[in-house]
Amino acid sequence: MNGYANIGEVQKDVIRELGNIGAGNAATALASLLNDKVEISVPNLKFIDISEISDILGGPEKEVVGILVRMTDDVDGMLIYIMDYHFVKHLLGSLLNEDVQAFSGISEIGLSALKEVSNILSGSYVNALSRLTSLDIRLSLPEIAIDMVGAILNFPAAVVGELGDKLLLIEENFIASGNSIQSHLLLIPNMQSLHEIMKRLGVE
Amino acid sequence: MAECLVVGISDQKVARKPDKLVSYALGSCVGICLYDKVLQVAGLAHILLPDSKNNVSGSINVYKYADTAIERLVQHMEALGCQRSRIVAKISGGANMFNTPGISVGDKNVEAVRRELARLRIKIVAEDVGGNYGRTLMFDSENGMLEVRSLSHGNKII
Repeated sequence: MNGYANIGEVQKDVIRELGNIGAGNAATALASLLNDKVEISVPNLKFIDISEISDILGGPEKEVVGILVRMTDDVDGMLIYIMDYHFVKHLLGSLLNEDVQAFSGISEIGLSALKEVSNILSGSYVNALSRLTSLDIRLSLPEIAIDMVGAILNFPAAVVGELGDKLLLIEENFIASGNSIQSHLLLIPNMQSLHEIMKRLGVE
Repeated sequence: MAECLVVGISDQKVARKPDKLVSYALGSCVGICLYDKVLQVAGLAHILLPDSKNNVSGSINVYKYADTAIERLVQHMEALGCQRSRIVAKISGGANMFNTPGISVGDKNVEAVRRELARLRIKIVAEDVGGNYGRTLMFDSENGMLEVRSLSHGNKII
C-alpha cells in the first residue's frame, strides 16, 4: 500500500466492519445523551477524491461545523466531523433547548456541546478500533471551525495530499424522534498507522 | 455572454475577455491569479501544497504544488501570446482553518507562492492571505480585478 488508492477489497470490508461497530456504539452514546431512541443506519463508507468531497457534502461553499480530533500514541492521524445545519439544530434543540437560527448565533455553551458530542462519537469509533487491534489511541481535545465545507476540508486534504488524492468518508444517518439527521465523519490515519491497523486485523 | 470557468483544487485555467475564473472555498490552499492587461488574459492556479519534493505517492500532479503549478500557468499564458514582463499576480487564501499552533500549511503555501513568483520575476500587486476563514475567488479577465468572498469576513475586491 503506497496510498489510500491501493487499499484492496478485503481491507475495505474490514474498515466497513469497524464502521458498523463504531456506529452502533455511537448510536447508544447519542441515545443516552439525547435521552431519546436513536437508530443509526449502516454507515456508508467511501474512498473518494479530495476534489469530490465538497460536492458530496452539499457544495464547496456550504456552511458547516467542522470538528477536528487528532489521534496519537499507537495510531497517528485525525478524525473530522462535518455537521450540517439540520444536525446542529436538532442536536442543540434536544440537548440545550437552544433554537439555532444561524450558525453565527450558536452560543458558547452550544459550541461546547457540539465538541462534547464529537468527543462521544469519535470515542465510539476509536474504541471499536482500539479494541479490535489492541492499539492504544489517544484523542486530542476537539477543535472547531464554522465555515465553508470546502475550506475546512483543505485541512485533511493537505495532510493526505502527499500520499495521494483519496480520503475515507463515513456517512451515517441517525434517526432520532422520527427525524433523520445525517453527519459525516472523515477518518484519516496516516499510512504507517493504516499498515499497522491492517496488520493487527490480519488482512495484510 | 461572459462565461465563468470553475477552477478546482490542484487545477488551473486560463480565460480571455470577457470570461471569468472562479475557485470556491479555499482554506489553506492558495489561489494565484495572473493577468496580462494588454491581451486581457487571466490565469488562475489553485494549489494545495507548497513543495512537490515532499510527494511520496510516486506520481506527481504538477498542478497541486506551488513550486510546479505556477510555472505551468505562466507557460500556458505565454503560449497564448502573453509576455512574462507584463504578467502581474494577485494571491489569496492560505488560511489556518483550525487555528493550529506553529507554522500552518496555509503559511507554508503563501511563502512558497511568494518564493516561486519571485523566481519567475512576477510581481505581486495585491494579496489577501492568512486568517482563519475560507475564501471564494472570482477573477475577471476584463479588468484583472479579484473579488474575494467569505462567510465571516465580508467580500472585497483587490
